[in-house]
Amino acid sequence: MPPVEESHPASGESVRINGKNQPWRPDWTVTDLLKELDAAGPGVAVERNLEVVRRQKFASTVIQPGDTLEVVRLVGGG
Amino acid sequence: MSEHIPADNPLVLGAFQFDSRLFLGTGKYATYPQMRDALDLSGCECVTVAVRRIPQDEPPGERFLDYLDMDRYTILPNTAGCFDAESALRTARLAREMLDTNLIKLEVLGDQKTLLPEPVDTLHATEVLVKEGFTVLVYTSDDVMQAKRLQEAGATAVMPAGSPIGSGQGILNPLNLRLIIEQAIVPIIVDAGVGQASDVAIAMELGADGVLMNTAVAAAQDPLRMARAVNLACKAGRDSFLAGRMDKRMCAMPSSPEKGVIGAGA
Repeated sequence: MPPVEESHPASGESVRINGKNQPWRPDWTVTDLLKELDAAGPGVAVERNLEVVRRQKFASTVIQPGDTLEVVRLVGGG
Repeated sequence: MSEHIPADNPLVLGAFQFDSRLFLGTGKYATYPQMRDALDLSGCECVTVAVRRIPQDEPPGERFLDYLDMDRYTILPNTAGCFDAESALRTARLAREMLDTNLIKLEVLGDQKTLLPEPVDTLHATEVLVKEGFTVLVYTSDDVMQAKRLQEAGATAVMPAGSPIGSGQGILNPLNLRLIIEQAIVPIIVDAGVGQASDVAIAMELGADGVLMNTAVAAAQDPLRMARAVNLACKAGRDSFLAGRMDKRMCAMPSSPEKGVIGAGA
């Protein structure tokens, strides 16, 4: 099996982004997060609490304390 | 195309159709320009890509997508690296949202060392993705019964491995591949294990509908020359299959006339 990262759910005033706990901030949208990751634009997808966030909803999706997010892009592969 | 040789049919995968039967991966090239040029020389029309987390604090640099012509190639996202059905399903859904495509190369692996597929999770994930409207191209071992199950589950194409991913061992069990092809009601695309151009030709001569490869090109001493070689081998193998080989014989049979050799009696 591949190495399994510790997967404690984010709790309290933190969120879990790509497997790493980070402090939560109020009024923090998915669009904000993508800008911080320098990942705005096409070729990016976001999953929030195991559900895909539609692209049209990035700006209106406010990250909540305890959320688990996966932010992915395309890379070379076979 | 010569008027004497009928044109081949395109390979149809769901709503997609391809004249080239070669599929090339985009991983492991030394540079992005090398990847771009290898794709070009391979003649492929469909390329695989992987889905991965965006790294935090990544230094600015060249970006993969800057070297991938999304207008020219059909992009086939994969679920490579997923070791259970659930993560493969999540990856497929993210890829669909990202690319506006229903195409997915489903890979659910069972073992880190061999990267062989996990058959039960692979079948389960195929069923779920088909239900969700995906065009599922599913990676499997060369197990004949599993290939049958996957096509019955609604896979658009079944992709048996010639040998383990990235091993370059070639087509290790041509008999199994032949049996998979003979019972196939969907296209069979050999995926994984190809090591050199002749392996591509062998797969196509066995009657495969296509071949997907990555490492054999990316890890060749000269990836661009190998890209061209596998392009030609795929076409040659396909033509050879369509032409139909001669029957094998136990003994020799001369190619030149036996009559009229000089020095013989009248």
